[in-house]
This record gives sequence, structure tokens and C-alpha cells, in this order.
Amino acid sequence: MELRGKRAIVIGERDGVSGAAIEACLKSAGAEVLYVTTQCFV
Amino acid sequence: MTARYPVVTAVANVLAHAPGLVRYGSRPRRDLARDPRLADRLAAHLRSYEAAVAYPPNQAFIGNLDPDALRDLPRPWFRAPLPAAPPDGPFGVIVSESELLDLLHEVDRARLVHLVGRTPVREVEALLDRGRALPLWRGGDLAGCVVAGHDEDEALGADILLENLACKATAVLALRGLFRQLHGRLRPTDVPFIISGSEEAVGDRYQRGGGNLAKAVGEAAGLGAATGMDVKAFCASTLYALVTAAVYVHSGLFHRVAVVAGGSLAKLGMKYRAHVEQGLPILEDVLAGIAILVEAANGVDPRVRLDTVSGHRIDGGSSQQAIVAALAFEPLTKAGYRLGDIDKFATELHNPDVTEPAGSGDVPTTNYRLIAGLGVRRGDLTGDGAGAFVRRHGIPGFAPTQGHIASAVCYLAHACQAMRLGKMRRAVFMAKGSLFLGRMTQLSDGLGLLIEAPTGP
Repeated sequence: MELRGKRAIVIGERDGVSGAAIEACLKSAGAEVLYVTTQCFV
Repeated sequence: MTARYPVVTAVANVLAHAPGLVRYGSRPRRDLARDPRLADRLAAHLRSYEAAVAYPPNQAFIGNLDPDALRDLPRPWFRAPLPAAPPDGPFGVIVSESELLDLLHEVDRARLVHLVGRTPVREVEALLDRGRALPLWRGGDLAGCVVAGHDEDEALGADILLENLACKATAVLALRGLFRQLHGRLRPTDVPFIISGSEEAVGDRYQRGGGNLAKAVGEAAGLGAATGMDVKAFCASTLYALVTAAVYVHSGLFHRVAVVAGGSLAKLGMKYRAHVEQGLPILEDVLAGIAILVEAANGVDPRVRLDTVSGHRIDGGSSQQAIVAALAFEPLTKAGYRLGDIDKFATELHNPDVTEPAGSGDVPTTNYRLIAGLGVRRGDLTGDGAGAFVRRHGIPGFAPTQGHIASAVCYLAHACQAMRLGKMRRAVFMAKGSLFLGRMTQLSDGLGLLIEAPTGP
């Protein structure tokens, strides 16, 4: 998937992949991250 | 010279069956406010006390079943009740809702809990009619009410007070159970310091979360000679409290410290939607409590290896890999151990019967796979050994989703028992705290350390 120029809303999970980690990946692929949050489901 | 680290001399694990309070868990309460008709559906999925007692994970919690034995039982575990399972075990009791309500009334020093039977039912109904009171239920019947502590103070609303009293009551239940385990060796007045590491926020409008529930718990359990304080760190609170207690004892400031953690009312019924939709019983119907006694080195009890305490640095990154490396592996590195030297890793031990129907997966197994994966990268394990690692060094999730209690410390009683019996040498305890939930930071948090078998006098 081409992410350059795309805008992203990121929802991460504490016991999975955190929002910050997803944000770092998306940014490195050229996406613009508009919102990041990490949730805890337990 | 090997430092003589403080030891854990007793641990109590208790549960209080609270089906009538499930409606006051955060998720059910929000849903019921939107659609009061949900009450009947919710009530239809609540379990009896007998079912809660016979539930294998609850039996593991109070020490009648080794958590590892859960692997041999068919899933979901609520379909494999243990016949004739008793409500008490070596670590503590499972009390009924009636006993919990009596305890709520007993520990309420502000006289805000009114129970039918002690207060005429007409007076209870009148208090409810005036508003700012919450009804308490037993079965489908009105059992009493909790009244707000102030007319205008939201921090002293009936809902907040019930949450705080539920936490206090279950912490008191655990602390009293702790002393019963000591068989008269110590009196409550022999404990000079108490720390609470729970999830409540006691306070008023000028200081929400002002705290020191510890001393309120100590007062109710007869610790007249103690002073104390609370430790707050989301779900890692109780493990931080244990480390703080050990540091106080190691320093000589206090020769003995009790740690308590009461249950979380807000987390009752957290995943109830999935359970109801799938025709399952609502399993998040118990409040949990833990009490831990930390004393000076004695050569007999398991040691709190303070030299292995590892935190999650502010600049440590929030990836799961970074967190697990800090909490699970740094204690090993500090002690000079490899992965295989550790008998058990106690991590987030949430019961998968609760989390899987809601799509949250098997949390402990996810954590163990990550630990195994990092172990392979460190060269401690081969790729082939990762699966066996999860089974041998992991623990099936057996704790109710009571945050801080499920976060490793629920296994402390089991580990200490196994170490005293010579069946276990060492265990890593790691707890995570979701600081980002409070909106003050995006940080994660956590703590890890090693508990090790005694080396002899």
C-alpha cells in the first residue's frame, strides 16, 4: 500500500502495537498522522 | 557479600461476589443510562454465588488450584465447574454478596451505607426518593442504598463513595485474611506501616484522589500502631507498593510493612456486552483484594530482589518490545540470569474466558510470545523452543479483570507457596501501567523485578 501523502488516524493497543509505534511506521512511509491514541482493553 | 533482601512472609488473595454491583461498573452504568431496558438482559446473565465459587479461575485465585492446572481443563472454564469447590482456600476466601454488603456497611465510617434490615425499608426508599443515593441490590431485591457525602461535591457522590468503599472493604477483607494466615505470630498492632496500591481515588472537591486509603484500611483491620500512604501508578500500583514496602524494610525505616490492594468497582462488567451478546455468563462479577506482608530477611521466605528492580524509562519508547525488554529482561540481566533460569514470568494474568469473547485475545499468552520472541533474539532460546517456553514458563490467565490485581501480583501467593515448598527457585513479576489513559502523557509505564526462593538462614 502506498502511504505517501495519505492521512491517518491511529488507534493502538497497549498489549498489542501501541499508537506511537504505528505512528512511527506511518510517518516513515510518508503518511501524515492526524491523530494518535493508545487504548487499554483490560 | 550478598545483600539480605526483605522477604514476603504472607500473601492473601480474596474475592467478593458482587453481581448486584455489576450495574455500577463503568461500562454497564454508561449503557444502562442510555437504555434502562438493558437491566433485565444484564440480570439474566449474572451468575449465582455457587457458580462463582466453582469457577476454576476463582479457585486458582484463592489457592485451591494451581493456575497451571487450568491448562488441563476444557475451555471456556465456566463450562467446567469444579464440583464441591469450597469458598475458602489457603490464600483466602470468596465471600457472598450478602457478606460483601455487610462489610460495606461495617467499613463505612461516615454512615452513608443503609442496609434493609438495619434500616427500615421505608427509610431506604425515602433516601432514594430524595436523589443523590444509589440503590444496592441482592438478587432482584432492594438491599439498601449508598447516600452521597455532600450535596454539591461530585467527588463525594454516591457512585464515587461506593467505588471507594468497595475498594476499602475488599482490601480490609484481604488484610484480615492475611493475619489469619499468621496464626497468631503477629497482631495487627505489630505492623508499623501500610501501603495501599489500589485503583480508587478517595478525596473531595478540593482534592480529588487525595488518597491515603491505606490508613482507612489499616484502621478497619486494627493496625492501630501503623501509619501509611497510597501508591498510585495505574495497574502497576500494587507492584510499586510492594517494591516501596521492601525498600522501607531494607532501609530499616520500618521493620515490617503491609501492602494492600482493594477491588475495582469500575471494572465490574467491563466486557459484559460481548458476554451477553454471545449468551455467556457475565464473568466480571467479583471484586478482588490482595494483602502482602513484607518483613526483614529471615532465610525462610521468598526474597524481594531489590537489586533487580527495573522500570520503564520515560525515554524508553512505548513499543511492546521496549516495554517487555525493560520489565522482563532487565531484571534477568541485573541478576546475571538467562531466560531459562526463571521458573515463571508473572505478567498481565487476565482471564482469557473474559477477554477472548470481547476480541481482546489471550493477554498473558500474547505477552509470553513476545517474551519468548525477545528471548530468541537474545540467544536465550531457539526458535523451536518458543512454544515450549510459553507453556513451561508462562501462567494461564486466572485473574478477574481487576487491573492492578491481574497485573502480576495475583501470582505472588502461588510463587511464594511454591518457593517455600522448594518447587520454584525464582519468578519475574512485571506489571504495566497505562499512563496514557489519564490524558496527561502518551507514556506507558511498568515495573519488573525478581522474587527468589530463600537461601537458608
